[in-house]
Order: sequence, then C-alpha cells, then structure tokens
Amino acid sequence: MPEAATAPRKFTLGEYKTDVHVDWCPGCGDFGILSSIQQAFFQLQLPPHRVALISGIGCSGKTPHYVDTYGLHTLHGRALPVATGAKLANHQLTVMALGGDGDGYGIGAGYFLNSGRRNLDITYVVYNNGVYGLTKGQASPTLRKGLKTKSMPEASIQEGINPIAVALGAGYTWIGRGYALDVKHLVSLITQAITHKGTSFLDVYQTCPVYNDLRTKEWYAGEDIGHSRLRRLDAEADWDPVVHDPANKDEIVQKKVRALAASYDNDDRLAVGVYYKIDLPTYDDQLAGKIPALKEHPLIDLPLYERDVEPLFKELE
Amino acid sequence: MQTELSRRELSWVIGGPQGGGINASAEIYAKALMRGGLHVFANIEFHSNIMGKHSYYRVSAAPVPIRSHVDDIHMLVALDLETLFGDAIERKHYPSHQGHVHRVAPGGGVVYDADLKIEIDRFGRDDIQFYPVPYLEVLDQALQRLGKGGQSRKYIVMRNIVALGASVGLIGYDEELLLDAIRDSFKGRKAEAAEMNVLAVQAAAEYARSQFVKRPERQIQALPVPQRKARILIKGVQAVGIAKLKAGLGLQTYYPISPATDESVYVESKGPSYQCTVVQCEDEIASINMAVGAAHMGIRAATSTAGPGFALMPEGVGFAAITEAPGPVIFLWQRGGPSTGLPTRTEQADLQFALHPAPGDFPHIVVASGDIDEAFADSFESFNWADRYQVPVIVLLEKFLASSLYTADRPDMSRLRIDRGMLYQPAAPDKDGYRRHALTADGISPRSLPGTAGGIFSTTSDEHDPQGHITEGIDNRIAMMRKRMAKLETAGKEIPTPFKFKLHGPASADLTLVGWGTTKGAILDAMSEIEAQGRSVNFLQIRMMRPFPAADVSQILGAARTVVLIEGNFSGQLGALVREHTGRDMAHRVLKYDGRPFSRNEIVEGVQTAISERKKEVMVSHA
Repeated sequence: MPEAATAPRKFTLGEYKTDVHVDWCPGCGDFGILSSIQQAFFQLQLPPHRVALISGIGCSGKTPHYVDTYGLHTLHGRALPVATGAKLANHQLTVMALGGDGDGYGIGAGYFLNSGRRNLDITYVVYNNGVYGLTKGQASPTLRKGLKTKSMPEASIQEGINPIAVALGAGYTWIGRGYALDVKHLVSLITQAITHKGTSFLDVYQTCPVYNDLRTKEWYAGEDIGHSRLRRLDAEADWDPVVHDPANKDEIVQKKVRALAASYDNDDRLAVGVYYKIDLPTYDDQLAGKIPALKEHPLIDLPLYERDVEPLFKELE
Repeated sequence: MQTELSRRELSWVIGGPQGGGINASAEIYAKALMRGGLHVFANIEFHSNIMGKHSYYRVSAAPVPIRSHVDDIHMLVALDLETLFGDAIERKHYPSHQGHVHRVAPGGGVVYDADLKIEIDRFGRDDIQFYPVPYLEVLDQALQRLGKGGQSRKYIVMRNIVALGASVGLIGYDEELLLDAIRDSFKGRKAEAAEMNVLAVQAAAEYARSQFVKRPERQIQALPVPQRKARILIKGVQAVGIAKLKAGLGLQTYYPISPATDESVYVESKGPSYQCTVVQCEDEIASINMAVGAAHMGIRAATSTAGPGFALMPEGVGFAAITEAPGPVIFLWQRGGPSTGLPTRTEQADLQFALHPAPGDFPHIVVASGDIDEAFADSFESFNWADRYQVPVIVLLEKFLASSLYTADRPDMSRLRIDRGMLYQPAAPDKDGYRRHALTADGISPRSLPGTAGGIFSTTSDEHDPQGHITEGIDNRIAMMRKRMAKLETAGKEIPTPFKFKLHGPASADLTLVGWGTTKGAILDAMSEIEAQGRSVNFLQIRMMRPFPAADVSQILGAARTVVLIEGNFSGQLGALVREHTGRDMAHRVLKYDGRPFSRNEIVEGVQTAISERKKEVMVSHA
C-alpha cells in the first residue's frame, strides 16, 4: 500500500505502559513522574520503538521497566554517558536519561557537568528528593545544611548543591524544574524538554514519603504557611526564559542571571517552570558537519562495513 | 653466537632532548631503509615530559626479517651531551642512565656535535670511531646554497637532519633514498622546508665522507632495485586503527592517556572520511559507558586506554557483560605500573587485571597481540566476537607495540569477514513478547536493534529475567548465570586456533619457551641464536587468555622437556594463568620489569642463565 494512503497509526496511552509490577512505595512521588513521562510521549505521539529511556541506579532507575519503549537501566551515575553513546549511534531515536539526585549530582556529577558542554539532542530528568531512598535515607547532594531527615543519625553539616545553578554554568540549553505531584504541569515541561533541540535538563522535586519527612507533600503545599511553596514561573507575565538572540552575549548573561536568582529564591517560593532556553547548534549538528551523511541517516544506517582502507596503507609505503 | 641476522643487521641509535627532532630523523631514516628493500624494526624510548628530557630512537635494519633490537649500537648519533654521558653529571642521586657510548660495539661509530669540544679520551674507547661534526657550520654550508648563509642559528632545529645526514654518509647507505624520504615527509605546507633539509643532508654526508677516512665497520646497503619488495612501515597504533575502521567501527571513545592516545588521535584524524565518530570523554568511566550505550544501539563501539584508565572502567565491563551488550571492544595499551607508574614505558603487567576487571562472575574475551599482523587480526576479529557472543572483549597491547615501527606486508584482507552475530527479526511489528535474554543452549540470544518495531526490550545491570526485567528469583538466577557463562564455552569452541596460541618452531624441541604479547619479536629472533648454540628450541605463544586454551597448552607443556617462561612483569602473570588452568608449573622463568622492552640479548642470556645455572628465576635488565 502506498505510504500516503496509510493514516499514521495513533498510539494509545496504554501502549507506553508495561505490565511489570511497579515496586515503588505507596505515595511515592516517582509515580507522578512516571505518569508524566508516559503522557508526554503519548501527547507527542512518539512511536514507542523510536524511544530509548536510559536510567541510573536507585528507585528512579527502575522507570524504564515500566515504560514500554527501549530501555537501559544502567549503573549508578552513568545514565548520561550511556545515553550519549546511544544517541551518537542512532540520533533519530528520542533519547531520555533519568536518575535520582544522588545519581546525577553525586556519583554522576562529572557527567552532569560535561553533558552540558556537548548539547547533544537528549533530555535529562532528575528525580530530586534530597535522600538516597533505596539505601534507606542517607542525605543526598541536594539536602540542605542543617537538615536531618528521620533516617539520618545527625543533621547534615555540608551544604546542598543548586542543580539549576550548576546547569547554567555547564551550558545546558534548556533548563527547567517541575514538581512530581503536579502531573499536568510536569507533562508540559517534559514535552517542552523533549521538543527542545539540544540537551534539556529537568530537575523534578519529588517526594519520598518513607525517608524524607521534611520535604513532604504537605510541605510543598505549604500547609504550615498558608500558601503553596511552589511558584509557577509561567504564571508570571514578565517571565521570559528564552534567549531570543543567541549571538547576543548580554541577553544570555541577563537571562542566566535571572534564572540564577530564581533558583536561589527562598524556600517559601520555589520556582517551577522553564528557567532558561537558548537555541544553539547541537553536537549532532556539528557531527553532521564533519560527516554529512549524518544529516539524512543515523550512524547505524551508514555503510560502515564496506570501507576501503587501502589509502591508509598507501600512506605508509 | 653469530646468525645471519646478527651478522647483517645495523643498529642505529639517535639520542637527544625530547622535542629535538629525533623522531623526525629516525622515521625518515627508517622509511629510507624500508624503501631500499630492507626490513626495519624501530622503537623509541622517551620520558613523560613535553620538552627537554632525554629520549632515544633505535632503528635496526637488515636484509633479512628483523623483529627485535640488540644491545649493541653500530652507529650512535648524538644531538646532545646526555646521549654521550648520561645524566649523572646533572643528577647526583639516582642517575637514570650512563649515556649510550658504552653500548657502541667495537668498530662502531659515534656522530656528535664538534662544537661540544669533547676530549674523546674521556670515553676510554679506542675500539670505536668518533665523528665530530660541526652541526651549525655544516648547516650554514647548506643554507649558503639557498642564499641564507649566516642564519644557521635561526634554523638550529635542523641539527637533527645534519646529524642524520652525516651518519648516513658514514654507513654508506643510498643517499637518494634518504632524500626521497625527506621530500615525502615535508609535503604541502612544509614543502618549502624540504629543499633546505635535502641540502642539509647532502652537506652533512659530504662533510662526513671528506673529513673522516675510517668508516664504521658495519655498513648497510639497499637491495638491488628488482629485489625490493613493496612493504609498509607501520606502528602498532596505526595497525589497530586501520583494523578498527575496516571492522566497521562506528564510535571510538577515549580519555587522553599514554600510550593509548595516539591510536584514538589516529582514528580521529581519519574518522570523517570513514564516517567514524571519535569522542574525547570527560573520564574513562564515561568512555566505557558511552561505548556500551552505543554498542547496545547496534553500532560497533570501542574504547582505547592504558592501565590507569582501565582502572576506572571495571563497572562498565560488568555492565556490558550482564546486559549482554555486543561489546564494546576495549583496547588496553599496557604501560609500566602500578598506579601512574612509568607512563611512557612498556610492561606486561595488566594481564591478570584484564582477566579480573570487575565484581562477579561474567564472560568476557581477552586476547593478546604479539606483533603488527596479530594486532591487525585481533582488532578486526574482536568486533566479530563482541557481536557474536555479546560480551565485552579486551585486546591486550603494549606501549612497545604502540610506538614501535615495523616493516610489514599489507594484511591479507581477502579472508576478513564481518559477522554481526544473531539479530532478531520480529515476525510482526506489534508486541510479540520478544525476550532479549532468551535462554539458549549456547548462551546466545538474538539481539534486536533498538529503533525496530516489535523488538522492544529493557535490560538492566540488575539480575534480570529473559525479558530483561529485574528479578531475584532463584531458578532464574541459576539459569541466567549458566546462560551467560555458556557463551565463554561457545566462544572457546568456535574461535580458530591461531587466535588461541601458536607453537613456533619444531613440534618437539630440547627447549620450550613460553610467552605472550610483544616479547614475541625478541623471542623469535633469539631462537636462531639459541639454536646456533646447539639446542633445538620452540616457542609457545599464548594469545587467547580467556577463554583459555587449557587442553592444548596442557598437552604441549606436558610433552615439553625444558620449559622457560618469559614475561615483561615482576610476578610471572602468564605463569600463574597457565598454572590455574593446567596445574602445570614452569621450571624456569625470565622476567623483566624495568619498563624497557626485551632486547634479543636479554632473551638469550636470560634463557642460558636459567638453564645452565638451574635457576628458577632470572631477572634481566641490560638497558
């Protein structure tokens, strides 16, 4: 049948789900992120076989087993390098890396930093709950100084890092933050992150009801202060995270400074939404500059197995 | 004891400060020799330093095959004082060497800069010839012909070419071949320099011939034109790089480290025209994991490193193994260890590390190459094994191979076949219960290429079921362990013998030498010297370290009379491996762990001492 005659098949939301038992604790914020990922894929109508989900280790690392796409549940802290290799092999796949805050900002910090330099067209989602859940609640790199969750013997005496600030310095071209329990907003953020050409970084506040008794659903809702602790950037009329002229250094600095300021806002007004966006040549584009065939085809489809190496020997005569 | 090789070879050594042009001189000289139909073997010794420290390049040539160097020097070319006297003058404590004059063979010659004004009595060598050549004055003569007289200071970097020209004039080699090699090496942007260098060589050779009546005893001539066979002059890093491209390499990852970097840089320089991607990573953990990711997606991926870099890769090796990735192939260029160790020197001390790189029991393949041909064959074939058995593969190489130059014939490409292993072809594009880790008798499950409809899978570094999902079930665990390990047995059955071991020489001999890796060249060349002493000798070269050819090795050693193990490490790591698999202990061992490659003399002397003095262990170090 000619291609044009076939209406593109519509994928159902159910087609992004597996029947593998989800073994997260009841009430875990991860459910919100999982559901948001599935809904974002569904909204974008990504063919499941054209997606690769690549995760680190920890509770969040189990996500690929629950999404019916290609998946690699890798090593602690190494989701980004594996995702990078996957994307380089087949840049026509949608590649998403996932992991926890310990995975990404602790053991995987070097890859978090350096992936920002490449601007490969992939998306990185971090489930940020302030604790190492699967090993029973030790402080993670984002837990603030002086905090002591119920499973910690002593309060933390080192400061938590600000991942948004690090991402701005590392060179990510799309930076956002969401909240696991606001699925509607999170779906929108994930959709934007995937659609962005370049490396998108999305930090998601996620609740761990078992081990983090400080950053709870109630805390984010601000039950103690009478208003939500979350501030929606997209609700603010004067918030424009987009660098409209990527050649304008002043505009870049101005947008980064504003994003930085928002990321350091007080705990009673935590900014969620898109912090920063700029369109710059991707790593994929630059590779295609060197290997023009990559403009049309992924590396995996190039005729790599019929190479004539005689000219290389000739040079050695 | 003389052999045809030892009678006819000429050992030429140039020494000088790093950055002083010894590489250029030696490589031009080596090319000129090769084009004259001679066999060449050349190797460089240098420090972990950018500029200034002593390095030397040894070029050995003969009209018969040569794969090793000897202690003797027939022509020493000195660019500085340290080449003559060593560094004892500057370093009161632990001088690292005594210079090279004491290694010049009786009848040999030393070319040095007359401006150094050395009293040659200091050497106490009236059995060799000293050739003081005023480098700058000779250079000025050449520059005058270009109307640039009086500017020799400006062109002082060309001292190396003057020294080269003088030495070639003295050993009687065909000057035209040298001039051609110079013109070839100064092409394009540097073409202007070619003529200047040509004139410098001519002036220097002329000077040497007219000033010095007595030539060094050892001379060398090009073969008559009809007898000159077209060969190539190739380094280990180039052989490996070309083989990888031939094998269809899609992604090479690396983090800069000596002595592996040259290989990645070579592949990168050829990459765009061969549609190959090379990524310089943030560390070796990223290197291996990026390669694993790419391999899972279906392209051929490799990473290249040295011992200290490989020390960061273990988790990636285990991850590749448990998820049954088709690769990656890891090219492990060994250098002197432990830790940072001797970054620019050679050693064979990462064998046991390569065999046990990660926690748990898992299958992987480890093969060790001994020369250019094997490095080419192994580098090519390792990608077939990675795809076919879905295991990580380690190709064990050495600094000595990386930067040594060999004359070689082009590898036989007609027999090379790409084997991508068993691929899964979905019957229907919809869900069909594909099992990425399906249990099979030979352990191999057909792999699907991500991106394909109907082949969707997830897999994980956790223990998993056939579909790739996490399970800690007991029956599954046992089945999965057996399935993965069965691949090792399958590989052991299928991989052809020449990749497992080679028995060089007669099937039965008075003496059996056992070794691996690049000691091969020195051992093969030493065998004829040992034979000349009246002992028959053969050499068991072990190539496949995992899966280990236990039955064959056991049978050969069981039939052997006297066995001597030869290794470039402290503990005899191959000896331990042989004992582990065969229960056989070797009577003698010759070890070397000074960071320098075995010379032919060290092999002969080590073996003789071990046998005649009935020594269990002999350490050799002639450097």
